[in-house]
Amino acid sequence: MRYGWHSVLKQAFEGLAAVAPAWRTPEPKPVYDVVIVGGGAHGLATAYYLAKEHGIANVAVLEKGYLGSGNVGRNTTIVRSNYLLDGNVQFYEKSMQLWEGLEQDLNFNAMVSQRGVLNLYHSDAQRDAFARRGTAMRLHGIDAELLDRDQVRALVPFLDFDNARFPIQGGLLQRRGGTVRHDAVAWGYARGADRRGVDILQHCEVTGISVENGRVTGVETTRGRIACRKLALATAGNSSRTAAMAGLKLPIESHVLQAFVSEAIKPYIDQVVTYGAGHFYVSQSDKGGLVFGGDIDGYNSYAQRGNLPTVEHVVEAGVAMIPGLSRLRLLRSWGGVMDMSMDGSPIIDTTPVEGLYLNCGWCYGGFKATPASGWCFAHTIARDEPHALNAKFRLDRFRSGRVIDEKGGGARPNVH
Amino acid sequence: MIVTCPFCGDRPSEEFGVLGDAAPVRPADPAGDPEAWYDYVYLRANPRGAHREYWHHVGGCRQWLVVTRDTTTHDIAAVEPARLAKQTAPEKGEP
Amino acid sequence: MSGYRLDGGGRIDRSRRLAFRFDGETYGGHPGDTLASALTANGVRLLGRSFKYHRPRGLLTDGPAEPNALVELRGGARREPNTRATTVELYEGLEARSQNAWPSRGFDIGAVNGLLSPLLPAGFYYKTFMWPAAFWERVYEPLIRRAAGLGRATHAADPDTYEKGTLHCDLLVVGAGPAGLIAALAAVRAGLRVILADDQPEAGGRLLARRAPLDEDEPLIWRDKVLAELRSAPNVRVMPRTTVFGWYDGNLFGALERVADHLLAPPTHLPRLIYWRIHARRALLCAGAEERPLVFGGNDRPGVMLASAGQSLALRYGVAPGRRVAVFATADSGYQVARDLQAAGVRLAAVIDPRRDGEAPAGIEAPVYRHTVVTSTRGGRGLAGAQLLDKAHGRSIALDCDALLMAGGWNPTVHLTCHRGTKPVWRDDLAAFVPGETGDAFRVAGAAAGHLSTPACFASALEAVAAIGTELGKPVPQVTAPACPEEASEVTPLWWIKESKGKAFVDFQNDVTVTDIPLAAAEGYRSVEMMKRYTTLGMATDQGKTSGVNGLAILAEVTGRPIPEVGTTTYRPGYVPVALGALAGPHVGPEFRPVRRSPLHRWMLRQGAAMIEAGAWMRPSHYARGEEDWFAAMCREVKTVRGRVGICDVSTLGKIDVQGPDAAEFLNRVYCNGWKTLPVGKARYGLMLREDGFVYDDGTTSRLGERHYLMTTTTANAAGVMAHLEFCLQALWPELDVQVASVTDQWGQIALAGPQARAVLAKLVDGLDVSNAAFPFLAAAETTVLGGIPARVFRISFSGELAYEIAVPADYSEELAEGLMRCGAAFGIAPYGGEALSTMRIEKGHPAGAELDGRTTAQDLGLGKLLSSKKDYIGRAMCRREAFEDPERPVLVGLKPVAGGKLRAGAHLLTAGDTPSVEADQGWIASSCYSPTLESYLALAFLKRGRARIGEELVVYDPLREGLYTGLVCDPVFVDPEHERLHA
Repeated sequence: MRYGWHSVLKQAFEGLAAVAPAWRTPEPKPVYDVVIVGGGAHGLATAYYLAKEHGIANVAVLEKGYLGSGNVGRNTTIVRSNYLLDGNVQFYEKSMQLWEGLEQDLNFNAMVSQRGVLNLYHSDAQRDAFARRGTAMRLHGIDAELLDRDQVRALVPFLDFDNARFPIQGGLLQRRGGTVRHDAVAWGYARGADRRGVDILQHCEVTGISVENGRVTGVETTRGRIACRKLALATAGNSSRTAAMAGLKLPIESHVLQAFVSEAIKPYIDQVVTYGAGHFYVSQSDKGGLVFGGDIDGYNSYAQRGNLPTVEHVVEAGVAMIPGLSRLRLLRSWGGVMDMSMDGSPIIDTTPVEGLYLNCGWCYGGFKATPASGWCFAHTIARDEPHALNAKFRLDRFRSGRVIDEKGGGARPNVH
Repeated sequence: MIVTCPFCGDRPSEEFGVLGDAAPVRPADPAGDPEAWYDYVYLRANPRGAHREYWHHVGGCRQWLVVTRDTTTHDIAAVEPARLAKQTAPEKGEP
Repeated sequence: MSGYRLDGGGRIDRSRRLAFRFDGETYGGHPGDTLASALTANGVRLLGRSFKYHRPRGLLTDGPAEPNALVELRGGARREPNTRATTVELYEGLEARSQNAWPSRGFDIGAVNGLLSPLLPAGFYYKTFMWPAAFWERVYEPLIRRAAGLGRATHAADPDTYEKGTLHCDLLVVGAGPAGLIAALAAVRAGLRVILADDQPEAGGRLLARRAPLDEDEPLIWRDKVLAELRSAPNVRVMPRTTVFGWYDGNLFGALERVADHLLAPPTHLPRLIYWRIHARRALLCAGAEERPLVFGGNDRPGVMLASAGQSLALRYGVAPGRRVAVFATADSGYQVARDLQAAGVRLAAVIDPRRDGEAPAGIEAPVYRHTVVTSTRGGRGLAGAQLLDKAHGRSIALDCDALLMAGGWNPTVHLTCHRGTKPVWRDDLAAFVPGETGDAFRVAGAAAGHLSTPACFASALEAVAAIGTELGKPVPQVTAPACPEEASEVTPLWWIKESKGKAFVDFQNDVTVTDIPLAAAEGYRSVEMMKRYTTLGMATDQGKTSGVNGLAILAEVTGRPIPEVGTTTYRPGYVPVALGALAGPHVGPEFRPVRRSPLHRWMLRQGAAMIEAGAWMRPSHYARGEEDWFAAMCREVKTVRGRVGICDVSTLGKIDVQGPDAAEFLNRVYCNGWKTLPVGKARYGLMLREDGFVYDDGTTSRLGERHYLMTTTTANAAGVMAHLEFCLQALWPELDVQVASVTDQWGQIALAGPQARAVLAKLVDGLDVSNAAFPFLAAAETTVLGGIPARVFRISFSGELAYEIAVPADYSEELAEGLMRCGAAFGIAPYGGEALSTMRIEKGHPAGAELDGRTTAQDLGLGKLLSSKKDYIGRAMCRREAFEDPERPVLVGLKPVAGGKLRAGAHLLTAGDTPSVEADQGWIASSCYSPTLESYLALAFLKRGRARIGEELVVYDPLREGLYTGLVCDPVFVDPEHERLHA
């Protein structure tokens, strides 16, 4: 059923009988052309683009929990393409462009809201780094503006301009950046993929990968063996475990990133704003809660929860940036498990195992990358080689030294 | 988390810095097999469960410690000084 | 009018009257009231409007689970949206306003949404508002955002203060109800160090609102005896108004103490809130249980509330919930409430019980309808009556009532036990989830563990404390629980009344009705987490406390699965919402982070320094004279140094003392260049890589003795390098006999630079021969200055001039600075700041922070010749990889404007003639300055194949600052390329 007011009206008159499921709940087939492990946003988007762009619809997406139970439902919903380095800039801009047409493409309102992303700077050195980044963006045709203190003040007057430990000097603004309703991205891609024939198999956990003569032949799952010609891993957070089933060791550690939401309030802050003197980023959801986050806890973790030192760190930065937050209340905090790669950038690549493809290492950037990640991964799977947009995200960059290190932190996952 | 520093006793985790996996062993030969160096610098077993990792008591005795911690529960099973741990490192964990 | 103040009873102080205002109207109440009880006593039932349909709403609960009675409390910079009226202690002058209603809570335009509700089912917005695409941000979203949200938050800075604290104990008892009190008593008698935290202003829990006797006496008499004993014990801290909100690793609990929220404003010496981190060896959760509403038509009408809320109103606050009060009960506890209300003088209208079997309990002086349900309610903005369906006889009954109390059973307060990932466990006999296995460190007792009768609460608490005492080596003496009658506590769940007419709400605050759940399931959102996210059930400020179990039970029923299979959504911290100000504590505003100050800080201020933040440090940017701005001051300072002599504070550079027989070997391994040949009395530039081969840090290191070196690092990396050296020594090479110690704070250090530097130094030192022959470039000496001040003198230069750095023990820093000014007065000496220093290092082509950004290599910086191939060092194996030797890599060059123009860091360099594009991008400017020496802008840039392009003209593209110039590529050393001044 196509969505629109007409479908809502029909439902209003006809009740539950008029309700069509957003996706089927099929039984696994014995064999698929492509099996995608991971029913998060990246896996679902990959399935969608495999069907849409490459005509490969004999595809199954295997999800060990429920649809979108991983990081797509745990992030702070920010989308942007304000990157510095070659490889990242064009990839995230592709993602931004796909976000811009996503709802019409999927016939699902994911509430893509381009309200602007503002990164504050507090020193000349930060300003210069933003200028370099903004100029790189402009060279790629991406919008970027460098604001001075007065321009920031006009835009977001309630930041702490007058009593701060690290005075705000200005900001880098990408007006096309914004937020997207995160769960809806998973649901929209799931529905879109399902409508094109993809089987979405929930509560189907992969327990083993079969490799014969250097070639993938299928997977063992909690719902039985499923054979496939190609196997694509999109299991960020658990990439090391799934890759190990095929004998691969990755340049990745799993870390917990906490996220936070305040009680719902009337419109408070329009843009996404990030602090430059501490780890803090904030936006307001359409429901009214302020959604915010900061840095990872810093220790390896597969637990989807964090600890108080990080909570304090994040909230201190938040109240330092917006003093008015002090009387607001933190409603809920949670954690997601990040694939922290060794240079802070992702991996979308073929592997030494024939028929096995890898999509991992998303660090903090996974949500905003969703459309481009699915689009590029689908291309890589269909054509057996990366698209130009993900050609720099290959695994061998760690051998050659062509790392993409936005933070300049080096081979330490917990500093990216 | 509470880390029982062998030198300072029970201390809150915020006194420590975390470097990461203590399993990789630095190859002896700087001109040796590049694969061994690649493995040391970049590849991580990233296990679910027990993980030996370097913690630094930055806000205390400044000793580097090898903490054995479960990555699913965050429970800490053992803490030993890094300078003693070098000889006692077990086989690498699997994810 | 419905509710009213009873003639007697309650824990309120009737001798004092407090005036307060709600929506501009003035009312009266008493100390001991909550805002909710005081409003009810004044007959106010309509307290606000719901989120989506703007339905009139009143009180539902008597505590923190309240979803409806949310108000904006206080005003101005203290405005607090979404404050639960049920948790606000009344104080004189209290001001509150209703929320989400316009123009008023009585007449709310938004209520039209209720009429449109067939068009607004769960998830409707995912299917609509898609055309035209651009309308989402511009039209639909702003409308939705204005309609959504609840209260209005302030943007003003908070006038109140907050504190953080840490507590340690053997046993933390969470909740001071019957179980918590007896647990604390037993633990205290055993000699354990105990913290008893309770969210209410007075201890007692449900004892505050019940009549059943303890030891055949008023229940609070027993409570008072316990509290008296606790107060006299030295090993217990009783913390009222303290809510434990989270359980974290290491048995750490987060708690919030409301120090002054019950006052108009905090007294000047007190914080508003204190956020406590409580490290507990053991903890015992005695947080009781929360009552469940029943789901039937019109169950949200003001006047419909939980039975426990009605009981609290009457017994704790002395307020009748209505003039004709009906009880709708699927749990035995409803009858107890009916009897308690009756005894308190409240008129009962009826008790309605859907259960078919068994006899109605005796002693209820009102009709008891068995096998009967409520199908709908009537009334405008408050309850006027209910429609009952007698299922035994199939007849409909119209009941007049202005309050309807719901007793739908109890949910043990399991939340804290779930914060570390433990899942709660379903118990059919209780029709509720109880805590799962949390281990010995965190136990659960009382109603929180599913013990719904008081004797069982006492027994479970004593059993838990006995086990804890044994584990901690403090045997617990026999403690006798007070005698109390057994209570009927059967629950027969009825998840929703299928015969309901009208909207039946599951989640009151988010307006999720019972029809939304099968709809979500039919659309494919069958997992409880997906149902929650699709319908928003449980996502309101009460986090599903009253709605969660009802919602998942209904989902289980409509999808034909048992409840345990459906499971719960995840309970996350905090148990209640926590003010962000408390979590930030005092670390806001100027106190966000500590400030590091050089030992010369005050001296520099006296010299007129303009101080700016540089990481943790404050450093001088320039020293303005007269009307000079920073630029004029910088130019003058540079000219002073290049022409005469100046001094600059360099105390913030990292200084690390390295000693031991293997010190030279150690330096050899941490720096990429060689250290074995450095003689005593000499300094050397050192470049440090990371293990991945990229540049980490640089600085000079001097050999002060056979086994003694002093390393300097950049200011930014001082702490990181120190930790790195310790790692290398302890983890990588424990066999090396070397000690390192940070001495950054122990030494004040000043750079003395300029052609006259030697002449000034000669006057400063106590006899050290500073002639060029005796003390050449890169010499280092330990000596004394100014008549006996211990000092270290290094002939090193960042500015490129003849220069020295003089270090003295930090306490002598001002003497040194004054001495230098005195010795240099005749030469026109002046202090210079960071701007001048930065300009001179760019003129000299020295890399600094912007060039050492963690992505550059030694080769990029033109320092490839330092990479030794004769030894092992950190980064050696990786620093010659393919990408490092790529001739296309951008490398460090100088850049000058061809025909004027302001070169600015961050601009990119494009091949001349091309239109700006990625393909034309050749590099970027890392640092730039205006050079007063060369009277031109200069820049250090990274340029592809840069060293082969000296003399080439490029486009300097700076679109963010509207800059477009032509630049000339040149050598990065602009001033004194032969380094003659260094060696002069």
